[in-house]
Amino acid sequence: MIKVLFFAQLREQLNCAELTINLAEDTRFTAVSTLEQLRTELALTDDNWQSCLQTGKLLMAVNQTIVDGNQVLKDGDEVAFFPPVTGG
Amino acid sequence: MDEMISVQTQDFDMAAEYQALLANTDGTSNSSDGAVVTFVGLVRDYNQGNHVEGLTLEHYPGMTEKALEDIVVAAQSKWPLGKVRVIHRIGKLALSDQIVFVGVTSKHREAAFEATQFIMDFLKNKAPFWKKEVTNIGERWVEAEDKDVKAQQRWDKA
Repeated sequence: MIKVLFFAQLREQLNCAELTINLAEDTRFTAVSTLEQLRTELALTDDNWQSCLQTGKLLMAVNQTIVDGNQVLKDGDEVAFFPPVTGG
Repeated sequence: MDEMISVQTQDFDMAAEYQALLANTDGTSNSSDGAVVTFVGLVRDYNQGNHVEGLTLEHYPGMTEKALEDIVVAAQSKWPLGKVRVIHRIGKLALSDQIVFVGVTSKHREAAFEATQFIMDFLKNKAPFWKKEVTNIGERWVEAEDKDVKAQQRWDKA
């Protein structure tokens, strides 16, 4: 199982803070191996997910470190998608 | 390392943080450092063309602390620093409330000044916090700004 988190305006636009996905068994995701493939598959959910997730500005993290889409996912990972940060 | 970084809803006391930076962990005075630089970021009343009435800070629990720690470690490897303290608040904040504190000590001022700016520049681009403002035209998420990206990139050359 992997956990997928969404933050800030992305969380609001998707109306979703967290998903749990079984990469080995959920038929939608069995072909997913990288982070970019996960993003592409999630974007296919509907038009809203498509427009929210396919923007180039989105940041992605695996296990709380910002990474690029080539990152290979493994069971137990915590994945997060979020907009550019605005703290400070 | 444990008390170097705090992500918290409660306010912080600038004077107490300053005193803590001057003390060694055993309570004796830190007399080897000759410079202390502190920065405090506040909630401003005007942003991106609108009047701001307050804001809410969302964060990614766990990752924020990790990101801030990575930034402090990077600063420590770049300059000879004494003590470093970073506090970032989350939750609802009103106008003029304190948002962020960075305090750095060093033997000499150049390292303390530069490290403080470095920490803020990276915090602005790498630490997962998001501001949602209440403005005169309603609530909105603050847009990330190119000038913050540029401010961080200047350290690539340094």
